[in-house]
Amino acid sequence: MANLKDLKTRITSVKSTQKITKAKQMVAAAKLRRAEERATQSRPYTQRMEAVLANLVAGAKDNPNAPRLLAGTGKDETHLLIVATADKGLCGGFNSSIVRLAREHIIRLQGEGKKVKVITVGRKGDDQLKRLYEELIVWKTNFLEVKQIGFANAHEIAEKVLTMFKDEEFDVATLFYGKFQNVMTQVPTPQQIIPAIAPEGAETPDLKGAVYDYEPDEEEILRALLPRYVAVQIFRALLENVASEQAASMTAMDNATRNAGDMIDKLNLKYNRARQAQITTELIEIIAGAEAL
Amino acid sequence: MADKLHFNLVSPERELMSEDVDQVDIPGTEGWIGVMPNHAPLMATLAPGMVRIRTGSDEKLIFVRGGFAEISPAGLTLLAEEAMPAEELDAEKIALRVKNAEEDLADADSDEKKLSAQQALDRLKELQAAL
Repeated sequence: MANLKDLKTRITSVKSTQKITKAKQMVAAAKLRRAEERATQSRPYTQRMEAVLANLVAGAKDNPNAPRLLAGTGKDETHLLIVATADKGLCGGFNSSIVRLAREHIIRLQGEGKKVKVITVGRKGDDQLKRLYEELIVWKTNFLEVKQIGFANAHEIAEKVLTMFKDEEFDVATLFYGKFQNVMTQVPTPQQIIPAIAPEGAETPDLKGAVYDYEPDEEEILRALLPRYVAVQIFRALLENVASEQAASMTAMDNATRNAGDMIDKLNLKYNRARQAQITTELIEIIAGAEAL
Repeated sequence: MADKLHFNLVSPERELMSEDVDQVDIPGTEGWIGVMPNHAPLMATLAPGMVRIRTGSDEKLIFVRGGFAEISPAGLTLLAEEAMPAEELDAEKIALRVKNAEEDLADADSDEKKLSAQQALDRLKELQAAL
């Protein structure tokens, strides 16, 4: 049987682990609230953008001169996967599930004989992917130095992706991120961003029979709008990712705290039993000694 | 006219303004557009510059950069990548932007890009002179 001192040390160590997980849980809860708020605040822009785009795309669909960001390169050979994960751990299976989804895609695409390139956003995903696919990663970035993800961060990634597209380094780009459903569920989601897919269900304003004037013309506007749309989609994915990360972290840490609590209870029971046993042994020894006299 | 124009200004990070106003002047890439209530539906790209918002005798100036204007019967919506009230602008920030625009111009590799960079630079210089 473990001796009393060993048990005591274990209880203390589990107790300090519990303190850490509890602190992290509370931090995540606070950050989650902020992240959700930011995701909500960015919504009007995205919605408007989608409405405008849906409107334009409807007109440009059959146009042979449609911008390539919309029509694609006409090929389907090289795929670019942008894998967005968190920079920090302690958030349960959040990072792994995104990476797993990306990996399934890579395997499938490679099985079809297609070329795959990867951009990693966030340190954790990069760590996991570079073990298997180091040679596929063409660019990486993370936000370790960034306190709050702003549009500028998304813009930087979009810029890089768009330059690559212009240089014909890939045909299709897909973004992987953790979609925030609610605190309990985050769904790893692939989203194709190039060629752009017209947003569905975007509400277009009622023009009461009138038609839009365009200044400059429709095509110019679409050409200017599509790169921004890519940036907006990345930005939204990043914001959702932050919220998902914090939610996953909160749930994981809540579980860890509870497990630590259970463990402390069990160890305490064991400790008390051991103490009792020791006292009993001592008593028997004393009584046996007294009887021998 | 008793009608009011519903004006929305949104940036990717948040909604900056949403109110009823009398008139908004916006810097389109092809020139200034004065928007009053019941304007015909229009979509336009924005050049960096000042948006002038008039409500009664009140006048507000907001600096915007990059984005779109959409006018529909529901009102005017500006989608700006960057927006800040004129009071928060200072010569230093403008100077930095002018420097960036100059670099853009130097980097431009096609006529088209050169033209848009030149336009952006001209606008900023105009702004700098106005301050």
